[in-house]
Amino acid sequence: MTLQSIVDKLGATVALGAERLDTEVEHAFASDLMSDVLTLKDTPVLVTGLCNVQTIRTCDMANLDVVVFVRNKRPTEDMIELAEDNDMVLICSQYSMFKTCGLLWELGMKPLY
Amino acid sequence: MHQEYTVIEGDFVNAGKASSSVKKTLKQLNVNPQVVKRVVVALYEAEVNAIAHAYGGKVLVDIDADKIKMVVADKGPGIPDIALAMQEGYSTARPEVRDMGFGAGMGLPNMQKNVDKLNVTSEVGVGTTVEMEVNFG
Ligand SMILES: Nc1ncnc2c1ncn2[C@@H]1O[C@H](COP(=O)(O)OP(=O)(O)OP(=O)(O)O)[C@@H](O)[C@H]1O
Ligand SMILES: [Mg+2]
Repeated sequence: MTLQSIVDKLGATVALGAERLDTEVEHAFASDLMSDVLTLKDTPVLVTGLCNVQTIRTCDMANLDVVVFVRNKRPTEDMIELAEDNDMVLICSQYSMFKTCGLLWELGMKPLY
Repeated sequence: MHQEYTVIEGDFVNAGKASSSVKKTLKQLNVNPQVVKRVVVALYEAEVNAIAHAYGGKVLVDIDADKIKMVVADKGPGIPDIALAMQEGYSTARPEVRDMGFGAGMGLPNMQKNVDKLNVTSEVGVGTTVEMEVNFG
């Protein structure tokens, strides 16, 4: 599915990368633990409640391009600047982690494990 | 090629700068992307540890044609039991560190999995040195 369909399903706002919403994605991974994210061999959409510069750095190291922040957390200017260097897409969901994941599941997104 | 970076205690905003810059360098050198990821994940974990658990330190990187050597040396409390610290899930991370998304106790095991050679030495009350090597071939 496209990132646009994720944004629509979640009624989300796009903090960065609105021009890249035609990107196709299939898998998602949800965690607030960055060391957990750093074990991934694949590059899924990251769903997280952790909204700080380390989220973006971790994505940089792990080659992840798309983050969905839950519970209306908004990336700061610092984060957006860093994410822009890596052509990332940052999406803000108003829903909790549980509901966000539920909706993405409904949409047909697949788990990594 | 030799590179040096300084990391500062508690400076989470800049945690990962060294790893990020190493990533750019290795990309320019056309190192296999999978290998680049292994290198930067391991270095990032070591960098975060020096910032989170110690009082900061130095990152030394040496890149040659077939491998990269990385040393993260910190001044800090040291690790009393390295075998215990290497176990998955073991963590003494403070609440501030957990708030930054760290403290799963997976950093050292992550380093072990990603590098070809890992050597951790530590002296309690003095500091910790993490030496890592990854072959490009
Ligand atoms: N440089 C260091 N100085 C002092 N203690 C350290 C250092 N590195 C690791 N440790 C100790 O070893 C433990 C395990 O480290 P490890 O990196 O595996 O996990 P963590 O940093 O606690 O969590 P994570 O890396 O998953 O975010 C730490 O909690 C800490 O007690
Ligand atoms: Mg760690």
